Amino acid sequence: MSGVPWGETKLVQGNEAVALGALAAGIDFFAGYPITPSTEVAEILAREMPVIGKKWIQMEDEIASISAIIGGSLAGGRSMTATSGPGFSLMQEGLGYACMTEVPLVLVNVMRGGPSTGLPTQVAQGDVMQARWGTHGDHPAIVLAPSDVKECFDLTVKAFNLAEEFRTPVILMPDEVIGHMREKLTFPKEEEVCVIPPSSPDVPLEWYEHYHTSATGVSPMAHFGSGYRFHVTGLTHDTHGFPTRKVDEVVSKMNRLKQKITRRLDVLENNMIHDVENCDVVIFCYGSVYRSALAAQKILAKQRKKVGIFRPVTIWPFPDRTVKEMLDSKEVILVPELNQGQIIHEVERLTSDSVRVVPLHRFDGYEITPEQLVAAVLEVM
Amino acid sequence: MPARLPYAYKYLRAKKKFPHVWCPGCGIGIVMGSIIRAIDSLGWDLDDILMVSGIGCTSRMPVYVDFNTLHTTHGRALAFGTGAKMANPKLKVLAVMGDGDSMAIGGNHIIHASRRNMDITAIIVNNNNYGMTGGQFSPTTPQGAKTSTTPYGMIEPDFDICKLTEAAGANFVARGDVYHVIELDGMIKKALSGSGFRVVEALAPCPTNFGRANRQGDAVNMMELLKDNTINIAQASKLSKEKTEGKTVRGIFVDRDEIGYLERYEELCDRVLSEVKK
Repeated sequence: MSGVPWGETKLVQGNEAVALGALAAGIDFFAGYPITPSTEVAEILAREMPVIGKKWIQMEDEIASISAIIGGSLAGGRSMTATSGPGFSLMQEGLGYACMTEVPLVLVNVMRGGPSTGLPTQVAQGDVMQARWGTHGDHPAIVLAPSDVKECFDLTVKAFNLAEEFRTPVILMPDEVIGHMREKLTFPKEEEVCVIPPSSPDVPLEWYEHYHTSATGVSPMAHFGSGYRFHVTGLTHDTHGFPTRKVDEVVSKMNRLKQKITRRLDVLENNMIHDVENCDVVIFCYGSVYRSALAAQKILAKQRKKVGIFRPVTIWPFPDRTVKEMLDSKEVILVPELNQGQIIHEVERLTSDSVRVVPLHRFDGYEITPEQLVAAVLEVM
Repeated sequence: MPARLPYAYKYLRAKKKFPHVWCPGCGIGIVMGSIIRAIDSLGWDLDDILMVSGIGCTSRMPVYVDFNTLHTTHGRALAFGTGAKMANPKLKVLAVMGDGDSMAIGGNHIIHASRRNMDITAIIVNNNNYGMTGGQFSPTTPQGAKTSTTPYGMIEPDFDICKLTEAAGANFVARGDVYHVIELDGMIKKALSGSGFRVVEALAPCPTNFGRANRQGDAVNMMELLKDNTINIAQASKLSKEKTEGKTVRGIFVDRDEIGYLERYEELCDRVLSEVKK
């Protein structure tokens, strides 16, 4: 295969769909380091990118990989890296730097069992809180969790677009099951894919502020070599990018970093909600667990049990308002996760004491099956 | 307005940046002067230059110069620079780092930048300690020296920056110091003039921390130590081993013309493209 098979229908692996999604989004630069279970993303791009004259490099570690794509993005290239748990831990340094300096990039973290080396070839959803809070200090986070191969493709394109639109890193987090499964995928036609090109300022050189305060909190970003000369630092900085400790400038920067996300939740929020209005039990899930939930719902429907499903596709920022509006009146919410309980705390936070929020944990490296969910639903009913 | 302003103003940021953070007697400003003179003599367009740095005293340099400037995380200047160079090969990438930044936390990156022969010029200011955090030992602190974390003297052997980068494959490797400034200007100019990975180590005094801890006197005394304790490679070759004993050799140690990474990558793209066309 060469390039994106526009309009064709093929049997495609999740990680492969991520790589092809990156090509569809016009990726210019990839830097990565081999790690299971994400390596296919790097391998496919290593094969495809030189053919179209795009830059690909295997760095000496994951810290170097994310550092390189930040440099690449600042120099005008649409940039991405792909990793898994241990590599994601190492990338927290660069992730925080990119949040602080407002550099668009896409980070793919294919989740495997942890902590530490854990279960390298097996599935988990243990990085959900790390993706939100892993790097030090308050910072924005946009995290997307695909549940099938088509979404691996579509959400990769979307991740590039959101990164540009919000000038911030976007994390795509398939779990290992989604990264490694194969499904039939009909690729869109090239003209059907919307790609937001890298921004560029439209002001004279002397008017340019690298962190101009706009209504959305995000301003067009110039690139190194474009003639707009600017300074970038991980130190807290003023609107021109120069270090500052002035209270008003520090507070303004920190507020803008937060508000550029919180003021535009409508753009970011993306949920798949099935039959939640009229059901006895809601399954709240994401990633591969959503597939099992859909299957369990069908099985239970035959037994005349009414099950609703609430699945955030964008897991961070968390869909607070919708969860509160739709789920706070429910009797029972089952929260199955491939970890010892992470997202469940968000659901608990947003629901009253009268709502029973029941966990279902699995962290042995295997997926939660429809049968497990059926049994759990019948138990809580 | 004066008839002829010193040329350095063209390269410095006018507003809000000065006074700089460096202590009186620090050598880093002299290295910055050398870099500016080298770039001025090459006539480079400011828009084409990217100065990238890590964390530490030396790594504060980019804020003062009016290039494209990138102050990154500790040790990672070369990794950020690698990405920027690949995404925009027209950029002339200049990495400024200290000895702790480049040799300890960034040690892996400099080995691999050297091995790849990545098209970046690295200027490493070696003042034998971590100045910004108050004078702890670095990988280039000489054995026996006192620092705030070697109160009884340094027991670890030190790195030789030039030998390390030479062995790892850098195209150009030189060592100068901030006393012999004209020599340093020339080294930096030569480093900037070629392709591949290019290293200039600049020895510099840190009178506030290293000098004080080791009773090396004030800044002037420390400059005199550089004058007395270093020797040019040409002079050293004429003298007997006894006479050069204990002196640090200055000079250009490596000046290869091996093909740089970016050119190799372009060749790869051309090759695979022609194979695909077949």
